[in-house]
Amino acid sequence: MPAQPISKESTRGGSADNAIEVRNLHVRYGTREILHGVNFEVPSGETLVIMGGSGCGKSTLLRTLVGLERPSEGEIWIHGKNFAGMSGAERDELRKKMGMSFQSGALFGSMTVGENVALPLREHTPLDESTIDIVVRLKLDQVGLSGFENYMPAQLSGGMKKRAAIARALAMDPEILFFDEPSAGLDPIIAAGIDELILKLKKAFRITILVVTHELASAFLIADRMILLDKGVVVAKGTPDEVRQNNAPRVRQFLDRVAEPELAAEIDYLQMLTGEDPPQRR
Amino acid sequence: MSFTENIGEATIGGLAYVGSLARLAGGAARAVFIEPFRGRPLRWTRAIHQAMSVGVEAIPIVSLIAFFVGLILALQGAYELRQLGAMQLVASAVAISMTRELGPLMTAIMVIGRSGSAFAAEIGTMKVNEEIDALETMALEPVRFLVAPKFLAMILMMPCLTTWADFMGVLGGGLFGVSNAGFTWGTYFHATLDALVQRDIISGLIKSVMFGLVITAVGCREGFSTGLGSEQVGRSTTSAVVKSIFFVIAVDLVFTALFYFTAPQK
Repeated sequence: MPAQPISKESTRGGSADNAIEVRNLHVRYGTREILHGVNFEVPSGETLVIMGGSGCGKSTLLRTLVGLERPSEGEIWIHGKNFAGMSGAERDELRKKMGMSFQSGALFGSMTVGENVALPLREHTPLDESTIDIVVRLKLDQVGLSGFENYMPAQLSGGMKKRAAIARALAMDPEILFFDEPSAGLDPIIAAGIDELILKLKKAFRITILVVTHELASAFLIADRMILLDKGVVVAKGTPDEVRQNNAPRVRQFLDRVAEPELAAEIDYLQMLTGEDPPQRR
Repeated sequence: MSFTENIGEATIGGLAYVGSLARLAGGAARAVFIEPFRGRPLRWTRAIHQAMSVGVEAIPIVSLIAFFVGLILALQGAYELRQLGAMQLVASAVAISMTRELGPLMTAIMVIGRSGSAFAAEIGTMKVNEEIDALETMALEPVRFLVAPKFLAMILMMPCLTTWADFMGVLGGGLFGVSNAGFTWGTYFHATLDALVQRDIISGLIKSVMFGLVITAVGCREGFSTGLGSEQVGRSTTSAVVKSIFFVIAVDLVFTALFYFTAPQK
């Protein structure tokens, strides 16, 4: 192993081999705590899939990792730097090396697909227009959208929007790529196409990839490691095989798709949301 | 909760809202006037585009409204002045009310309806579609990226539109003056220019810049605070219009009082 640079960050932040290291992460909205001490790490170049049911906090976890939410406690180390404790300018520098593909695509509706992909390049790089043009075509080609530069996002299908959003996330040649529910709302064939694209990107660029999903098939297909979140805590962690053999009841319930008993009372629903015991059980 | 607690809470909420407006306007002003000199250029093409939609495209409706308001002022003024036998004062009454008050105010109300609501709807839709989050993850500051071009367009276009509205208002008053008060177009404009001092026009234009600032801040603030779901965009838009009208009139009152108490005594 190469010698580690000795700096305040690397000694406190652990290994620079890990693209992401999350320690004891707590996130709360107002008085409600969503994540109760989450720990995991993602080695550089690996793909981590975060699974979990609706309301388990996986989207909150992702939003915190890209800096859209502030943790109330805990640390996020990205390439050995404390992301959660950074000032605005430092965070922005680090963000330029991260790409995010949102659930809805989040393409700018007032710009063409090409302009969407070109935007981070125009804003953050000194490249001239003809170079940007080439990069845009290259990125769109990588996601299988060659020739769609001049389409408006509204003219694209759901799957194409996701692909265009991935092209935009790739524009700055990121070191870490985040996906929020990449196959949500897509039919199985299109969703499989997106999975394949993620695998292709992983092989071609050795980017660290972090995917949040509840689609089991796609999770086991693309993951090097996976974690299962339930009510704001990690209940299973490991390679896909390790997770598959995990016998904890909540893990089995999720993997074997066992239905939750129907929520009859409001109090149960509140308990599911807060993860706290209600004052009185029926 | 007791009555006094309610009052206290409403007051703190109101102050916090004004504070958030000031922060937004301050951020936009920084992005327009300071950041470009630090190597972070403004999106000029976007600002020009906004100026077209805020200013140029508003000219027909602002002209029509200002013309009508000028005419109404002349009619209302004449109703009283006729009894005093002072019909020749119609021109100066219209000129002063238009430039000092109704030109800027009516322009602001039209701009709120056309652009303030559009700002809230645009930013609100972007919020709902996660586009604001996308900007942030791409290390693009939403205020610099979205608000600053609108801010620049608004503070440039409001005085222009207001000047034009002043002129159209005088024209409206002139129609009555010429047809019913014994003026010719020449004498009407002469009387108008005689009645106006520089201070009248400048105070109106200062107000119009302040209105532009308020409309941008409230429209964008309401857009950014849009909740989840597309029906929330409608709510933000409505609330942007109502709050903008309130704040414009409040700012109008403050500046009118300021101009009154600082005016040189004749």
